[in-house]
Amino acid sequence: MDHQPPPFFKRGPAPMALLSFYVTLSLALLIADARFQTLEILRQALSLFAQPAQELAHLPGQLIDKASGYFVTITSLQEENAQLKRARIENVATLLRTQQLEVENERLRRLLAVRERQQASGQLAQILYSARDPFTRRIVVDKGLQNRVVIGQPVIDDAGIVGQVTRVFPFVAEVTLITDKEQAVPVQILRTGLRSVVFGLGNGQLELRFLPANVDVQNGDVLVTSGLDGVFVPGFPVARVVHIERDTSYSFARIFCTPMAGVENFSEVMILDPRPASALPEELARDRDAKPAAKAGVAKKKRARKE
Amino acid sequence: MQTSYSSSRILLPVRPWFIAVSLLVALLVNLVPMASQLAVPDSLALVIIFWSVREPRRVGMGLAFILGLAMDVADASLLGQHALAYVLAAYGASSLSRRILWFPLFQQALHVFPLLILVQLVQLCVRLLAGGEFPGLGYFVGPCLGAALWPVLTFFLLLPQHRPVDRDANRPL
Repeated sequence: MDHQPPPFFKRGPAPMALLSFYVTLSLALLIADARFQTLEILRQALSLFAQPAQELAHLPGQLIDKASGYFVTITSLQEENAQLKRARIENVATLLRTQQLEVENERLRRLLAVRERQQASGQLAQILYSARDPFTRRIVVDKGLQNRVVIGQPVIDDAGIVGQVTRVFPFVAEVTLITDKEQAVPVQILRTGLRSVVFGLGNGQLELRFLPANVDVQNGDVLVTSGLDGVFVPGFPVARVVHIERDTSYSFARIFCTPMAGVENFSEVMILDPRPASALPEELARDRDAKPAAKAGVAKKKRARKE
Repeated sequence: MQTSYSSSRILLPVRPWFIAVSLLVALLVNLVPMASQLAVPDSLALVIIFWSVREPRRVGMGLAFILGLAMDVADASLLGQHALAYVLAAYGASSLSRRILWFPLFQQALHVFPLLILVQLVQLCVRLLAGGEFPGLGYFVGPCLGAALWPVLTFFLLLPQHRPVDRDANRPL
């Protein structure tokens, strides 16, 4: 007699079985997402449902913002207007000279047969909110797949590089800030022309790594993008050196920088268009063309062997 | 409906739509942008634990998993991070449910506190393994506030189940 009496109440599967099922499922999701980055489609589909909820949650804050904006006094507006006019007149001289310099520069470059500097163009985007995740530094902007934003586009504000688009949803896009721990930007020190890569530290600062202890870097040096990665347009300010530790017991200097752009502020940003892929040198291009052909040949051979 | 220590009054059966509404509201509260998001308690975890304690037959690990996925997408975190944490919390809460309800509210909060810490710890481990940065000890302020909110939450979420008081000398209860 080994059969058990039927249970009185229907209770579904045992809790332990359910627990192990769900834990396995979430672990599988985690690994698939972190290791293989294969779940972007699922994430985009789910975001279509999560997006309205998020907008609903942001509604009260926005209403308060609008209400307080409505009650801005006329005096403060007038003051701001006068200030802007003054700033415009002050800037006019530099602006005119910049235009002239740009034309002259272009002419000289053409003379030198240097490839013309790529024109930076892009689209304006509004920062909606910073992502709630406390482990990374990301912001969400209001341009997405609908506005032809693609992964990898650089994002700047009026002072310098802010970050890079790392995830695109139908209506919004996620930008990883340059201060994020996993973000690196190839830079050049403006004063000396030294090339390096600057890494985010996660605490709002950046670090120049792997430079020898006797490297020629000073406090206040400005880092600009070097453009060697083919992603960032060269010449945009990235950070300023604020602190250098030269310890002779280590082979590398520790160089800390703060970002130039208002990275952690809320404002408007510009998403730059992706740089056109630079043409490969002729030999490399020929190699690349030859390889698929070779592969096709191998495939044919395999098929032939099977038959 | 279960017996509880603090009051001898008999509660009405819970309405399923009220559970759904309270979970949705908690999800929305979680999505509201705050100035300092570190120390804000995870209201969704708290409400999931509450219903897993009160109604373990209705709210279980399946619902916790789905709500966790929703949080993951909205939160721009790793897919499955919140889901894993909420599933473990729901399991812990439902297996503790027979015990917790015998205690007064403040001692119940002491039982809930380790569950909330578990939610944070699971997420921390997952993210540190995946190469995230440590967000600082402020990350553990949220569970303390969440546990402190437990009596208030219990009061409000049980309000619709309270029976109107009508004195009747002939009725035994």
